[in-house]
Amino acid sequence: MDTLTLYMQYIVNGLTLGAIYSLIALGYTMVYGILKFINFAHGDILMVGAFVGLLVYTALTGEAADPGVWTIIAFFIAMLISMGFSALLGVLIERVAYKPLRNANRLAPLLSAIGVSFILSNGAAWIFGTQSRRFPYPFANDPIRIGAIAITPHQIVIIAVSVIMMILLTFFVNKTRMGKAMRAASLDQATSMLMGINVNRVISLTFAIGSALAAVGGILASFDFRVYPSMGTMTGLKAFVAAVIGGIGNIQGAMLGGVLLGILEAVGAPLLHIPNSMRDTVAFAVLIIVLLVKPDGILGKNEREKV
Amino acid sequence: MLNFFQLILIYAGIYALMAIGQNCITGYTGMLSLCHAGFLCIGSYVTAIMCKTFGLSFWLSLPVAAIATGLIGLLIGIPTLRLKGDYLCIATLGLGEIIRNIATNLNPVGYNSIPRASLFGYQFASRNKFAFILLIWFFVLVFYILFQQLAHSRLGRAMIAVREDEVAAQSNGINVTKYKISSFVLGAAVGGIAGCFQTAYTLTVQPASFTFMVSVMVLCTVVLGGMGNAKAVILGAFIIQFISYFPQLTGLTNVIPAQAKQIIYGLLLVVMMLCRPQGILGRDRYRYGDPRTRKEKIHDFFSRPKKSAKGGNV
Repeated sequence: MDTLTLYMQYIVNGLTLGAIYSLIALGYTMVYGILKFINFAHGDILMVGAFVGLLVYTALTGEAADPGVWTIIAFFIAMLISMGFSALLGVLIERVAYKPLRNANRLAPLLSAIGVSFILSNGAAWIFGTQSRRFPYPFANDPIRIGAIAITPHQIVIIAVSVIMMILLTFFVNKTRMGKAMRAASLDQATSMLMGINVNRVISLTFAIGSALAAVGGILASFDFRVYPSMGTMTGLKAFVAAVIGGIGNIQGAMLGGVLLGILEAVGAPLLHIPNSMRDTVAFAVLIIVLLVKPDGILGKNEREKV
Repeated sequence: MLNFFQLILIYAGIYALMAIGQNCITGYTGMLSLCHAGFLCIGSYVTAIMCKTFGLSFWLSLPVAAIATGLIGLLIGIPTLRLKGDYLCIATLGLGEIIRNIATNLNPVGYNSIPRASLFGYQFASRNKFAFILLIWFFVLVFYILFQQLAHSRLGRAMIAVREDEVAAQSNGINVTKYKISSFVLGAAVGGIAGCFQTAYTLTVQPASFTFMVSVMVLCTVVLGGMGNAKAVILGAFIIQFISYFPQLTGLTNVIPAQAKQIIYGLLLVVMMLCRPQGILGRDRYRYGDPRTRKEKIHDFFSRPKKSAKGGNV
């Protein structure tokens, strides 16, 4: 395989990874847009979503089911249930741990979120054990070859599901009444409250949508990474990096940033001739460079801090 | 039983050192940094490399580790400290992960059987915990006094001014960047020294032990005790280590799952933020937005109608 096709292959792999990052990054960016704080527990909601998805899927199909029509239906049922569960969990967490801190100083909700993240990941380790589990492929996993580039069906599913979710979200935010309320709340909470928008409801909805997307991201990620209690930490952190790269608070930015980070991660290690285990370092190095060069991200608006 | 009490004392000492450093960064200057695991890692590696590879004395590695960690603090501080609040938190978190990642890739097993520290011919063996307790707590005391002095010095007052209001501090002629960086470097250096002691005690260094978890535990220590208060931070270290060794102390290791302590840390962080964000020994004096005194607040809390409870100052 010559170098060009090799890099094309890396880009395809990076694209799938990036699609997952994008989905998760959306949750970070939406919450940040409205509440201006980093929801550290988001990565662990992803993990919970993956576990719920796995449990429902294995309950529906049994341990070793051959891929077929039923497994595909079961997969999507599992995904929907997991989305619903994660959405509820996200709303609950917001109510209990973040809402009382809305007027506190900015450190408080951040620390509270770190606490929630600890509770979730270690609670999962307690309940499910620390060993990692494989998410069985609901589709026959023979790679499809386009020229010299191999793409597996689950990679196609990852990209397709992510794109559909992003289109739905964009439609929701731009075209519906509630989406308009969300945009208004992220611009100015006090004014939107005066305009009769129920900001608490908007915030709950934001958490619900963000968490549901994280659950989808978690399930899709578990094809590649397996399912284990601390899976959310690194994936969540990198998704946050993606959100920052695209410009935090900006929905299109999160999508762009996710894909960009995925590709950079997949291409970066071979391009720089460093071992593949250093790819996390590449991701964080990208983050720091972006923060230094353009702290508002690629699509972020440059906001000067007011006195 | 006594064994575990001694362990608690030793690790409380190591965490107290780290927390003093974190307190300098987060408590005095108000920067949320999450890379103390990285500083601990650098300190540990400096000791391991100096004692094992070069056969130098442990005591020599102390200042070297402090300087090395301080330098790395400076190196990562200059670019990142321009960032505000949440961004700084994420950037430092990323740096902590980078340090661990590099350490893992350079040498995944770490170092074993590092030579013991010795003082006037006396060897600090891991089984003789009492000597270690004395050694570590002597240094905790030294750094406690140093940082207590620092808080009341010109440098410390400038840091607190930066924490309270950056713009106001700047307009009063305080070089905000300079004090932020000095605070970061000092905090990092103490974290490095804590790493030396951890290595001297365990005599092994493994990159896997410097996870994000450690940074969070150090932060938890500071928050629990009370930010900006060195005494409180030491108290926090005791509490954290007590929770950590509680199953062994009570002999309930079979009943209490290994994750229980982390869940308790998480709960502690959430509950502390909800009920007492300034920490156990923290003070209210510097908090804004609520001019009521404590007495008035308690009075208001019990007398106000339920409906107005939403969105109040917690």
